[in-house]
Amino acid sequence: MILEGKTGKWEVICGLEIHCQIISKSKIFSGASAKFGDDANQSVSFVDAGMPGMLPTLNEECVRQAVKTGLGLRAVINKYSEFSRKNYFYADLPQGYQITQFVHPIVGEGVVTIDLDDGSTKDIRIERLHIEQDAAKSIHDMSPTKSFIDLNRCGVGLMEIVTKPDFRSPEEAGAFLKKLRSIVRYLGTCDGNMNEGSMRCDASISVRPLGEDELRPRAEIKNVNSVKFAMQAIEYEAKRQVEVYENGGEIEQETRQFDATTGTTKFMRKKEFANDYRYFPEPDLPPLVLSDEFIEEIRRNLPELPDAKKVRFMETMGLTKYDASIICENKEVAEFFEQAAAGHDGKKVANWLMGDFFAMLNRKNLTIENSPVSAENLGKLVELVENNVISGKTAKDVFEIMAESGENPEKIVEEKGLKQVTDTGAIEAIVDKVIASSPDNVAAYRNGKVALRGWFVGQVMKESQGKANPQVVNELLNRKL
Amino acid sequence: MTDITKLTIAETLGGLKNKQFSATDLTKAYLKSMEDNRDLNAYVLETPEVALAQAAQSDAHYAAGTARDLEGIPLGIKDLFCTKNIRTTACSHILDNFVPQYESTVTANLFNAGAICLGKLNLDEFAMGSSTENSFFGSTINPWQYERKLVPGGSSGGSSAAVAANMCAAATATDTGGSIRQPAAFCGVTGIKPTYGRCSRYGVIAFASSLDQPGPIAKDVRDCAILLKSMAGHDVKDATSVDMKVPDFAAVIGQSVRGMKIGIPAEYRPQGLNEEMVGYWDKGIEMLRQAGAEIVDIYLPHTKYALPTYYIIAPAEVSSNLARYDGVRYGLRVDGKSLDDMYINTRSAGFGKEVKRRIMIGTYVLSAGYYDAYYRKAQKIRRLIRNDFIEAFKLCDVILTPTTPTTAFPIGDKSMSENPINMWLNDVFTVSVNLAGLPAMSLPIGLSADGLPLGLQLIGRAFDEETIFKTAAVLEKEAKFERLK
Repeated sequence: MILEGKTGKWEVICGLEIHCQIISKSKIFSGASAKFGDDANQSVSFVDAGMPGMLPTLNEECVRQAVKTGLGLRAVINKYSEFSRKNYFYADLPQGYQITQFVHPIVGEGVVTIDLDDGSTKDIRIERLHIEQDAAKSIHDMSPTKSFIDLNRCGVGLMEIVTKPDFRSPEEAGAFLKKLRSIVRYLGTCDGNMNEGSMRCDASISVRPLGEDELRPRAEIKNVNSVKFAMQAIEYEAKRQVEVYENGGEIEQETRQFDATTGTTKFMRKKEFANDYRYFPEPDLPPLVLSDEFIEEIRRNLPELPDAKKVRFMETMGLTKYDASIICENKEVAEFFEQAAAGHDGKKVANWLMGDFFAMLNRKNLTIENSPVSAENLGKLVELVENNVISGKTAKDVFEIMAESGENPEKIVEEKGLKQVTDTGAIEAIVDKVIASSPDNVAAYRNGKVALRGWFVGQVMKESQGKANPQVVNELLNRKL
Repeated sequence: MTDITKLTIAETLGGLKNKQFSATDLTKAYLKSMEDNRDLNAYVLETPEVALAQAAQSDAHYAAGTARDLEGIPLGIKDLFCTKNIRTTACSHILDNFVPQYESTVTANLFNAGAICLGKLNLDEFAMGSSTENSFFGSTINPWQYERKLVPGGSSGGSSAAVAANMCAAATATDTGGSIRQPAAFCGVTGIKPTYGRCSRYGVIAFASSLDQPGPIAKDVRDCAILLKSMAGHDVKDATSVDMKVPDFAAVIGQSVRGMKIGIPAEYRPQGLNEEMVGYWDKGIEMLRQAGAEIVDIYLPHTKYALPTYYIIAPAEVSSNLARYDGVRYGLRVDGKSLDDMYINTRSAGFGKEVKRRIMIGTYVLSAGYYDAYYRKAQKIRRLIRNDFIEAFKLCDVILTPTTPTTAFPIGDKSMSENPINMWLNDVFTVSVNLAGLPAMSLPIGLSADGLPLGLQLIGRAFDEETIFKTAAVLEKEAKFERLK
């Protein structure tokens, strides 16, 4: 995105930091459950509560998930990494420090390819991924004078993913968040639900006159917790900065908060008032050393990721790039598609999926996992049209019945007698009847009013209760008119 | 029969097995001794009901023939070890009503071996100090020359005083920079700081995590060996505990030291070192030579940096480890107008002077702009100190040094209270061992001219406590040190 200012063109520079809650049974440094949605303070161990004498122990499952994610980001896995303490006081941080990784993260540089609306792609470089513990949740709206703390989230494993400042527009950042969400969901390492806070995003934004090489001071925007908000925040903040510069002002490094209700960012603190976190190596945990076997075992068991799946669907199932991108964004959709398309025309299945099928899910407010129409049945429906058993129009009716009853389309067609008539003799009788009963229209048609053609087709279809094969009808009309 | 509280653990186990006395008799005798010696202020909490209930169980075990390794042995527990349902305070006002709902691994190991809990022992607040004067519950008094009101050493001063005064058969203790060895030396008892990772730190209130190590203070070398065997072992709840077999330490006692090489570090003999101390050190060297050991000169060239290095690394960890005492979830809370006010009020009221001093030093050395000059440099020197020992142990099997530069000093000593550096100098011979993670023992070697105990320190290779026990037993036999009666 290039911003047109009063003084000239401005370029937007943006990098993202994304916190992803790790999917794991227990927390990263304790045995307490990491489940979301328990009653307040139910999933808390003595370690999470920062009780005296308690020690963290590393949950191997979280390490595995981080390595898996790192591989999904096509990143370097660091066989040696270290934990550090980030020290600060807050009521939702029982230990008074967060155990994180600072100098030596578990995952180094990687790359994510994003798909842009114009069909092009762009590589976004990943700076690092490190693992750390989440803080507890402060609840300020239960009492006018008190704050409450729910420790359930305290100690849940997080992956912090940091990108290079590679984004040049809100759209790119949005596309990245969607792609990242898709990757972690494919991997099963994070559920990616930004509205539940299991994936959270901060954006660092600066602007510079187009053509300038130096990076200017940036603002860090906290908690832009949806793809839409991230895009809004970047757009607003970039414009704000341009305005400041063009009015003769300067941008200083600062932290700002995104306000979702107004779509604006507001000042939080200057850099010099930022906490001095006094990072130092966590003495309670030895360095994390991974073996080649450990990493290779995870690599061998990696699922097919969205980019690879997209290429395969394009190459072997005849999908366009656009269709493949949409279908592959969501793992469940891609799997549903692949199942539905097995043995059928992939492109036609894709059309059904992205048309009537998605419309039906939207209408019924259902996810694909709860779809009344199974993948197998959707495939069968496409097959029925393919084999001229029913017309495309009838298929839409059958689909509606399937959406209500979950029935097999073959059974529906059979029971409701919807099989298409392809018997030329029977259709010919109807065509003859229609021609005989409307001599005026026949004459008009023959005198050049070709638009009446559709009327004849309609009459024949009506007479046949929609079951006549349109191709046969057309051939007969050609011959007889 | 002589007073059964004067027996060693080895002797006591014999008496219990032979039904000379019951665990209940024994426990009552110790409870009586605790009562008689209350003026020493060694215990900050007595737990007679718990002790008698455990004693009854021990008697049942003896009757059933299912006695465990420490069946019926009454112990005092340093109040830094969390004990389930028993108040645990680290002798800090900030925790003065804290009752843990969990048990430290070391005390769990001891109680599972049949040991009995007599109560919780005094210490310098959060184990920071060398005299127990920093305890919220007031100083413990050294049982030696009671009328002189000397310190018992610290931080495990309650432990060393209680063992010396026969107020427990032995005690748990912890050592971060000398907190087992210095008080053991001051009270004429024996204590070993095991190799870092030998005993679990789970449930031991943290002082400086990379240096802390639990260990025993007992009446003699064998008792330390017996106790350590039960205390030690791998613990999945402490990622720094080491998965190694725990040897039967007592089995080496009585073995010859003939042919062994004893290292004598030149750097531990600075000019002006107490002449009596030097005399006993030389005597110790001579005893080992007579026993057939070879004496070799070794060099630990970075020794002079050990104390400043320690006083950067330990406070750095303190500043972080003690952040959890914030008044939010447990312990003392002093309300304020805002969250920050509450933190300030609580921590100002809850922590003592020395703890605050170390939190401030630690915060400073980790701060942006100072980290490289202090903390990072200290970490580098720590590595050099560790390398010194690795080099030295190529030349010798065990190192013999004094434990402390002096004997016990009076409570309220002005030179210490006015200048904390003088207090910190107590640790000059002990801190290197913690920085290097090595095992080391202090055992009494004799009395000064004015009748106070002096200790010698034996330092071993990592996870080679056995060589220490073997050597210590030879010195103990030759020294014929007489415990307080």
